[in-house]
Parts: sequence; C-alpha cells; structure tokens
Amino acid sequence: MRLLALAFCLLVISAVAAKAEDPSFSLTIKDHRFSPAEITIPANMRVRFMVKNLDPTPAEFESDDFKAEKIIPAGQEVTILLPALKPGIYEFHDEYNEALSKSRLIVK
Amino acid sequence: MLATALIVFREILEAALVVSIVMAATKGVLGRGLWVGYGLGGGILGASLVAAFAGAIAQLASGMGQELFNASVMFIAVAMLGWHSVWMGRHGREMARDLGTVGRAVSAGSRPPYALAVVVGIAVLREGSEAVLFLYGIAAGEPDQTGRMIVGGLLGLVGGVALGLAMYYGLLRISTKHLFAVTTWMIVLLAAGMAGQGAAFLVQADVLPSLGDAVWNTSRVLTDSSVLGKTLHTLVGYSAQPSVVQLLFYAATLVAIGSLTWLYGRPPRPVSADQRRFAP
Repeated sequence: MRLLALAFCLLVISAVAAKAEDPSFSLTIKDHRFSPAEITIPANMRVRFMVKNLDPTPAEFESDDFKAEKIIPAGQEVTILLPALKPGIYEFHDEYNEALSKSRLIVK
Repeated sequence: MLATALIVFREILEAALVVSIVMAATKGVLGRGLWVGYGLGGGILGASLVAAFAGAIAQLASGMGQELFNASVMFIAVAMLGWHSVWMGRHGREMARDLGTVGRAVSAGSRPPYALAVVVGIAVLREGSEAVLFLYGIAAGEPDQTGRMIVGGLLGLVGGVALGLAMYYGLLRISTKHLFAVTTWMIVLLAAGMAGQGAAFLVQADVLPSLGDAVWNTSRVLTDSSVLGKTLHTLVGYSAQPSVVQLLFYAATLVAIGSLTWLYGRPPRPVSADQRRFAP
C-alpha cells in the first residue's frame, strides 16, 4: 500500500514536471475554421494546444490521425494535450464542421 | 441536412448499442423496461445538463474538467457493468442449488437491474450531450438552419434507434440457451473498452502517463470516428491508436471482471444459470 502511494506521488510529480516543459501553441476558431490552418510542432513530445473558440457555437476538436477529443464551448479557450507524435503530416478538425475546419498538423 | 443526420447518428450510436446490449442481457427480468426507461430519462436529462454546463465543466480542474468528468463516468459505468456481471454469476450459483423452486426464480428474476440502468444513463448522458451541443450550436449560430437541425437531428436519432433495435433483435435470435453467455461476455468487453477509454481520458488530462503512445496505428484503415470504428469501439473497445496504459486498463478489466464472473458463475453441479433464469 505504501509502495502504491509512493508510486502515485511519483506519478503526480512527473506529470507536474512534464506540464512545465510542454511547448504550447495558440489557435483560434473563427467561422468554423482553425487559425492557423497549418501548424508545425516538434516531434516525440507532448504538446499543448490552447484553442480559443471565437464562434457563438461550440466546437469539438478531433483528429482522425491521433487521439484527441475535446469540446470547446462558444467563446471559451481550452487546453488540449496532444500525444507525442512521430514526424509526419496529420490532420485535425472540428467534428461539428468537419469540411470547413480540416487543418494540417506538421510534426518535425 | 444529411451531414447533420450523420453527425447525430455517430454521436448516439454508442448509446444505442449499449442500450440494446443491456436490454438483451436483461431479457425476461421483470420490470427491466421501467428501469431502462429511468436510465434513458436520466441520461437525456443529464445530457442536457452536461451540454448546458459544458463551459463550466471545461474550466474545472485547471482546464481538464472535461477529461476528468468523462473518465469518471466511464469508470462508474465499468464498476456497474462489473457489479452486474459478478452479481449475475454469484446469483446463478445460489439459484442452481435450488433449481426448480419456481417462486425463488421469479423473485430473483424480478430483481431490478439497477446497475444496468445506471450504465444506460451514463451512455446516453455522455454521447447525448455531444449531440445536444451540436444541435444547439446550429440553433444558436445559424437560426435560419433550424429546419435543417430538426430534420437532420430526427433522422440521426431514427437511424441510431433503428441500429439499436436491429442489434437487440439480432441478439434475441441467439438461442435462449446461449443468449446470456453471449450478453455476459459482451458486457465484459463493453466494460473493458470503457475502462480503456477512461484511461485514455486520464492520459489526455495528464493524470496518467501513456507509457507509450499508439501501440499500433490503424487510423488509415479504420478511424475511431467512423461509423464502423465507433461500433467496434463500443462492442470490443476498438481504438485506432491505443496507448500502453489504455491497453493495460483494457486487459486488467477483462481479466478482473471475466475471472470474477467465471469464479462466481461456476455452477456447483453441471446446471447452467441460464436454465434457472428461464424457469417460468
């Protein structure tokens, strides 16, 4: 039990430590489009997206290429933690307006 | 309009499948319609509340409220599914001793499936809230599109309900001798998938380490958000890019509920629990 508690503490500490180092990027949603519509991030590390929804309607950030799913209520800014990705080109979109919002994520 | 219908359909597909599995798993249990009805009603109410307070939820826990909320409801559902499976198993063993006692069989069978009603409520709440938010978004942002929203939303809803009914009646085609064995394992798989998804939400919230992202990547073949992907996601816990920790939660749940159900469900004599439940 004590070992478990210790493991949990280490887990929390490592999570908090990771938090400080994650590079973060700001995006906005306006008229159901992401801006910038193409964004380049570093490979093999977790990255934070700060997404601000300027539309009067909610959006749902989602990708077919990596795991991410988060609702961005109208007028709010949310933080999305992306998994560490290998170099390549990925897509992300707003599930509620997929065609308009399709954007490119370049991982280098 | 068809795009609207498809989005609503995709959002409620998971809930429809869960409800149909629960209905099949409780076939013959007295009063289950009422309890599943409570689950549905509570879920719809909950979905509207979650949608209404989406903004507040998102701001909780330094911006990770949504992930933690989703993970919490997932784990509650897993616990309920596990409880149901183990209870059914233990109950089956007790009843096997007194097989043929009609009165007890009926009273046992009439025990309301509270746990599964909670599962129905949670499935509807989680998936329904996204559908409600989406439709609300159209209504609020594009007032001239209200017709599109209503017709598209209804079409999606009808599609989801039709799929659920097809699944339910499909399951009922399984001979009664095997039906409960099948639904028990479907419920175990459902629980394992939900535990994995709960873990994935905790990774997204930075509470759990992923221990390695994307053990495999089948998103080019089948994405999580496609209709087939979502169906398999619900039924067996399919994930296009599972993390190590997600797989661990999946396997641990499968082993835990599976072994407990098997352990408790093993009849002392070669008399199956199914026969008991089909006592008149």
